[in-house]
Amino acid sequence: MTAQNWQPSATLETLKARAELFSSVRAFFVARKVLEVDTPILSVHATVDRHIESYSTGDGWLQTSPEFAMKRLLCAGSGSIYQICHVFRREESGRHHNAEFTMLEWYQPGYDHHRLMGEVEELLHAVGVSGASFERLTYRDAFLRYAGLDPFTATLEQLRGAVSFDSDAGAQAAERDFWLDLIMSHKVGPQLGRESPVFLYDFPASQAALSRINGDIAERFELFWQGIELANGFHELADAAEQRRRFESDQAWRKAQSHIVPPYDQNLIAALESGLPNCAGVALGLDRLLMLMQGLPNVAATMSFSGDRA
Amino acid sequence: MANVSTNEMKSGTKVLIDGVPFSVIDNEYHKPGKGQATNSIKIRNLKTGRVLERTLKSGDTLEVADIEEIEMQYLYNDGEFWHFMNPASFEQIQAVKAAAEEAAKWIKGEETCRVLLFNGVAIGVTPPNTVTLLITETDPGLRGDTSGGGGKPATLETGAIVRVPLFVQQGEMVKCDTRTGEYMSRAGK
Repeated sequence: MTAQNWQPSATLETLKARAELFSSVRAFFVARKVLEVDTPILSVHATVDRHIESYSTGDGWLQTSPEFAMKRLLCAGSGSIYQICHVFRREESGRHHNAEFTMLEWYQPGYDHHRLMGEVEELLHAVGVSGASFERLTYRDAFLRYAGLDPFTATLEQLRGAVSFDSDAGAQAAERDFWLDLIMSHKVGPQLGRESPVFLYDFPASQAALSRINGDIAERFELFWQGIELANGFHELADAAEQRRRFESDQAWRKAQSHIVPPYDQNLIAALESGLPNCAGVALGLDRLLMLMQGLPNVAATMSFSGDRA
Repeated sequence: MANVSTNEMKSGTKVLIDGVPFSVIDNEYHKPGKGQATNSIKIRNLKTGRVLERTLKSGDTLEVADIEEIEMQYLYNDGEFWHFMNPASFEQIQAVKAAAEEAAKWIKGEETCRVLLFNGVAIGVTPPNTVTLLITETDPGLRGDTSGGGGKPATLETGAIVRVPLFVQQGEMVKCDTRTGEYMSRAGK
């Protein structure tokens, strides 16, 4: 380690702004009587999401999101809850990524994803983000506008032709979602929310993750600001059998790709069986929000010690 | 052969693509929260200098190019090759025209240059940042004549042509910046 790495990666001024952001987030939820919770960071279960890698500690897994534990609280009757916590994602490192980062996650029983988008916007206004009314754009309209194709009906060939890619995609070359992700990362996403933040909603059903599916769309949204993804929200899937089926299918995919296959959360399945209230939930990256609010060049500049000096 | 993964590529990493050596200029990681991660790398072709962009799947690897840049003393040009010597080991290498051409117009012998080696073969030569050379040819340039934007072309002993002020004459030594190709000052006879 070189000598200068003992110093923080954020300025003390930024650390003050960070503390103010956290305290205004908490004030927002206190005023709305949303309960602050904290759940374990270390668990015997992990996500089996196809594109999220967990750290294994030997005794368990570091959480990539507090989602499963928070849903178990909802099933136990907690009502509205929020949490600010550190989460860990292996292999994620870059200008807008740090393997350990800070997530704000909250759940509102009785909400769907549309109503929760409204609350996300209110939160951003409350913490000082201006912009009259955030645009809401469907995933389909965003692709039509910025990539010139319909993500639901375009052929695989059209998707491949829309983006330049220089690796061997291997077995994934046959997956529509692989190409949709590339187009999203390189063409559509960077154009979103250039002025004010923009909500993207109604994703393809194949990208439902943990959200409800309605016909060919997943009841899911993301928030983009200055081309950067800030939040991801779901009208939460409550069907235990469907959740188990998705976990197993993700595990099978990971196995086929020779990726590590962690154990999925049996406790979540049991909790869903006992009943999750109809609810919507969202996770928002606080480091990225602070980066954009402060006009900083990368997430490292918002953290006391970023990954390279942690 | 050693490989380097997308998450280890930094500015300056040398990689081999289809047998051609490239130097990484920039590497940006992209990942949708729930989706495939990719890296966009900006790379410079070390043979042609051309800059390209490539989009790779995160975690993919490229072969590391065997590239080395060493300081060597320029000896002479035999008409076909430019000869350089490692001042520490006295080992000599020769550079072909394509590798030495750019530098050749600034060097006459004994200068310390940076030689870029790919698999031990010279593919590029960087001359010293500044050189002092003799003007072998330039028009007399009348005092007070401001035509030509206040300067005139001058040919140096190594073949480079630089714009010099009107008062600078044939037979004088001048100091030039090889990076910009510009005259800096007179250096006395």
